[in-house]
Amino acid sequence: MRFSAQLEARFERFLARYPQRRSALIPMLLYAQDEVGWLSPEVIAEIAGRLDLSVVEVESVISYYSMLRRRPAGKYHIQVCTNISCMLREAEPLFEHAREKLGIEPGEITEDGLFSLEEVECLGACSWAPAVQVNYDFHHEMTPEKLGALVDRLREKRP
Amino acid sequence: MTAAPGTLLIEAARRAGIEIPAFCYYPGLSLQAACRMCLVEIEKAPKLQTACTVPVSEGMVVRTNTPKVHDARRSMLEFLLTNHPLDCPVCDKGGECELQDMVFRYGASFSRFREEKRHTDEEKWSPVVYYDGPRCILCYRCVRVCNEGMDVSALAIVNRGGRTLIGPNAGGHLDCEQCGMCIDICPVGALTSGSYRHQARPWELHYVPTICTHCGDGCKTTLSVRNNRVLRGNNRDQSGINGEFLCIKGRYAFDFLHHPERLTQPLVRQEGKLVPATWAQALRAVAARFRQLLEQGSAFGIIGSNHAGNETAYLLQKFARAGLRTNNIDHHRTADYAALIAALARSGVRPADRLAGSRDLLTARAVLLIGNNPTEQHPLLAWNMRTNVRLNKGRLYVVNHRAIKLERQATATLRIEEGRAGALLDFLAGQTTAGQPPALQPWNEFRDRLRAESDLLVVFGDEIKGDGIARLVAFGNTLGGVTRYIALGDYNNSRGASDMGLLPGSLPGYAPVEDAVVRARFEAEWNVTLPPGPGLALDEMIAAAGDGRLGALYVVGANPLKRYNLNAGSSFLVVQDMFLTETARQADVVLPAAAVYEVNGTVTNTCGELQRIRQALGTNGPRADLEIIGLIAKETGISLGPVGSEEVFDEIRRLVNGYNVAMAGLAAGEAVPTAPADGRDASLGRPDLVHSSGDTLFTSGTLGQYSDMLEAVRRH
Repeated sequence: MRFSAQLEARFERFLARYPQRRSALIPMLLYAQDEVGWLSPEVIAEIAGRLDLSVVEVESVISYYSMLRRRPAGKYHIQVCTNISCMLREAEPLFEHAREKLGIEPGEITEDGLFSLEEVECLGACSWAPAVQVNYDFHHEMTPEKLGALVDRLREKRP
Repeated sequence: MTAAPGTLLIEAARRAGIEIPAFCYYPGLSLQAACRMCLVEIEKAPKLQTACTVPVSEGMVVRTNTPKVHDARRSMLEFLLTNHPLDCPVCDKGGECELQDMVFRYGASFSRFREEKRHTDEEKWSPVVYYDGPRCILCYRCVRVCNEGMDVSALAIVNRGGRTLIGPNAGGHLDCEQCGMCIDICPVGALTSGSYRHQARPWELHYVPTICTHCGDGCKTTLSVRNNRVLRGNNRDQSGINGEFLCIKGRYAFDFLHHPERLTQPLVRQEGKLVPATWAQALRAVAARFRQLLEQGSAFGIIGSNHAGNETAYLLQKFARAGLRTNNIDHHRTADYAALIAALARSGVRPADRLAGSRDLLTARAVLLIGNNPTEQHPLLAWNMRTNVRLNKGRLYVVNHRAIKLERQATATLRIEEGRAGALLDFLAGQTTAGQPPALQPWNEFRDRLRAESDLLVVFGDEIKGDGIARLVAFGNTLGGVTRYIALGDYNNSRGASDMGLLPGSLPGYAPVEDAVVRARFEAEWNVTLPPGPGLALDEMIAAAGDGRLGALYVVGANPLKRYNLNAGSSFLVVQDMFLTETARQADVVLPAAAVYEVNGTVTNTCGELQRIRQALGTNGPRADLEIIGLIAKETGISLGPVGSEEVFDEIRRLVNGYNVAMAGLAAGEAVPTAPADGRDASLGRPDLVHSSGDTLFTSGTLGQYSDMLEAVRRH
């Protein structure tokens, strides 16, 4: 399979950068995921082939890192931290609210394909707990109200 | 205490007799530091350190036997046992499990873990490998031996934390070389063997170390026997030339022994059909015909085995030459050993100094591999070549007409057209110039690289034979240092069959039959007059048998009619084998023979290393080849002297060039190099007959057809 011209060019640079070809694995997986939306079996096989790795070796890496996804996510992937600092600042009711508001369980996608939900470990934003990450954007000191408003705003952005 | 710089603490301690326990540490594999069993106290270090990753240093003070260390070991074991099912009574590993042993020695007698253990169901990954996830302690040994040792990378760790598992490469299945290394290296019962699982407890088995009966590498396999059945093969004590290595054949392809089609009683042709007979009837039938033919002065033809031991090969040629008065004797030649020994001797070097052993491949600075595909045909030698590159920075040069897996380890690879090995050798030896077309530039570069090496070890397949070997040695002599050689032949005693003189032109030890001086020596020993001229080669014998020029053809442990056609009924055909092969089906008398695993004796691997084979099983019906040859001779009225394996071996030691080896090493189960002193006069007829069967990892000539496990893996 082929990726976009821009991503192919980026992969070229990765492959030239590392003395060991396989070192390019994680960045390639991340960028491929951003472009395709998830690491489909097809993507995994393609990247394994390019790096002379077996599929199970690639899966080994993917299954270690929770930010590498082996199933599709929504357009907006909402990640709610429930680790200690956030938990002390009411992250659990926040997470419950996200489930109710979106009507899905963690790992599921809303019917319109817009949202998916994930409970995550520390996002490194303890000073502003509770923290939520939507795709690559951080949202600090979240409350159920702020989260609800965020979801509504994102829904309206729909083209 | 002192240790060389760079020595790991765990190794230094072991050498000093101090055991530091470890699961994940495995000599020869990359360091993992995953199991945390080897934690020790090092003075001035703030916390416990892993002895498997810390090298020794000057003035270092290490404590391995303190309450803190004991606590750490106890805690690690308690942690490993949280999810480990304590199903030792039904676990194959029970009794030889490293986790059991560690808990016994270092563990606590209680557990604080009261929660539910995480369970996953067992999985069948292939006919030979089964996986029981909950037993796994995540030492990564299997993953590393598959990646690093085998260069297969069929296993990987998937998931993380408490959900971590080992995963196979082909969606729940293993697509790999099926070597089973992962099973033997597993310290617990997470990976178990398809043939052995749930069969027996290790303490009720009888262990018989012998040599694998398949390829020419001569790996030691220790057969585990119970109730006269072999249940598994392995080399757990790492005592053979193969260390921990065995391929699928050494580990699993013993099952032909118990194949339902195994011949158990003699068959004699009556009214066109082979019907069961007693041994007495069958032997009488053979002897009566042999006597009659001898009296008539008819010619005999004899075809010997690549599998049976040296004693069988030696006695068979003695029977042929001294008893049946013929040099019509041959075998399926899979490497031109005679030509190699002759070429070395004729070039003025002592063959014994230039014939390399299998373990020399582990230390050679540079190896040149021409032809063959050792990954498939010589798995141990391939393992040694890989290991040499990986651990000793050895350089590997590969010449082949096709892509082979060992190119992945190669410093340089040269692809040539099939059949051009001879031209390449002349070029390498400098006898032709490249002629400068750009296509030959790779040849130039390759030659330059080889010329920069010294002490090259050349390994070659049947692509090089006859005169080609003389050209190869000529090239080797242009290089610096001591160039050494390994000729690759197919089966466990291909080399021995050749050394013992299963050749129409050679007495044992490559002495030409025309050489009256050598002949006189054997004549004095055997008290006969030997035929003075070379006999018929294998294909010539079959042709002669077909048109009635041979009175009888006697085939011992070979299946020539798989490849050649014989006009049935044209001469008396006696076949001695384990199965009703293509050849046996045409026989007049079929004699059921014991397998290599059912007899004592010796075999010589393709590198010329002599090793003992031991009887693991008794036979009920079949008899040892040696015994059958002796009985036929006796019934025919021919005296061969004592025909016990030890007596015959004594004669081999006395009479065969290179076989006068020290007995101590051999008796102790070591591989002893044979050392042919000369061989310049060797008879070199018919190199065209030299051809490899080109077996794969999952085939083994005729024998391989009768291994259900190999068949299952081929279909997997």
